[in-house]
Amino acid sequence: MAKIVAGIATSHVPAIGAAMDRGMTGTPYWDPLFKGYGPAREWLARLAPDVAIIVYNDHASAFSLEIIPTFLIGVGDKFPIADEGFGPRPVPTVLGHPALAWHLAESLILDEFDMTIANEMPVDHGLTVPLSVTCGQTKAWPFPVIPLCVNVVQYPPPTGARCFKLGIAIRRAVERFDQDLRVVIYGTGGMSHQLQGERAGLINRQFDTAFLDGMTRDPLALARITHTEYMREAGSEGVEMVMWHVMRGALDENVTEIYRHYHVPASNTAAGLLILENRSPA
Amino acid sequence: MTKPRDYESIPGTYVYDGERGRIGYALNMFCMSLNKAENRKRFKENEAAYLDRFALNAEQRRTVLERDWLGMLRVGGNIYYTIKIAFCDGLTFQDVAGMMSGVSKETYAQMMLAGGRSPEGNRYKDQTPPEIEHG
Repeated sequence: MAKIVAGIATSHVPAIGAAMDRGMTGTPYWDPLFKGYGPAREWLARLAPDVAIIVYNDHASAFSLEIIPTFLIGVGDKFPIADEGFGPRPVPTVLGHPALAWHLAESLILDEFDMTIANEMPVDHGLTVPLSVTCGQTKAWPFPVIPLCVNVVQYPPPTGARCFKLGIAIRRAVERFDQDLRVVIYGTGGMSHQLQGERAGLINRQFDTAFLDGMTRDPLALARITHTEYMREAGSEGVEMVMWHVMRGALDENVTEIYRHYHVPASNTAAGLLILENRSPA
Repeated sequence: MTKPRDYESIPGTYVYDGERGRIGYALNMFCMSLNKAENRKRFKENEAAYLDRFALNAEQRRTVLERDWLGMLRVGGNIYYTIKIAFCDGLTFQDVAGMMSGVSKETYAQMMLAGGRSPEGNRYKDQTPPEIEHG
């Protein structure tokens, strides 16, 4: 039986990837952020999962406004790195896990989550920056990845409550897979940030701290936060945090916070990272 | 349950909903084309001619040619798309965010280093929250 052993939540700011790609992580601006990633990398290397499910959003890279899937799962055996308008990031191609991904696609749809299925798609910073942040610079990613893409670019994204329920269904599906795999799930995006309009640059440390605390203490209450509350309190792009609920829904009711890191600013964004482990033995 | 468009009370924010999607499609699809290196090159060589390939209206064309970043949002631009024009110009998200909020690059960078723009006083357009927020 496969099992989800831990969850990671992290921001996926493009400038964080650019800082790594350009060798700028030690500069006074970036050093405090990257120092905080060290313990997360050590933890993940020790955990050595067999596969990762990464919940992220595409930023007008694989998908345009032509077709906008609300929930999509990548079932291919590899996912090339997208050109988002400034050339592809110089990071390894992401390898998939078609056997588990197809099992998830079939299970989720029969469990009434109407997933879009993608055999071929490039992946952008939404997926690669979380990998870079937690795995460092490498010639090959240490595990295969199942991309799970959520629309947050065209309003409305799916609600936090729906995302949480998708997480529950993902867990059910993973536990029905007949291979012994230890799976880690990432929820990415956020935390507070606003990239647009006269209100650009909004950061809400109080909201973010309560959100980080709530992931352990009362995730169901967090999952009820409305889109308007995210946008008002955490900035228009803060609504990306709905994706953290997919990760949280896939974990046990009771989890232990293993590590957190929070830093302002990463470009326009409050960068957060949270590691949660299930209380039940893996 | 989120009430339809109750986010309109948030100041300085352009939510890319169905209303904006209806007017912004061509503008954003032009931006999408800039994901390809050869298109970025062609756009930079002759911006006006390149824009002829897309069904932008006159005001959308103007905002692109004049790099009126706020104006683009008002005529249906989606920031995840319009930022691709900025990447083409060698600008960063932070450069454009500063321009949209009407301050110099240095002032904006300083605000971010100091912890960002506070939500205090920036939650409601009229600064008086309605008595009951159905959120």
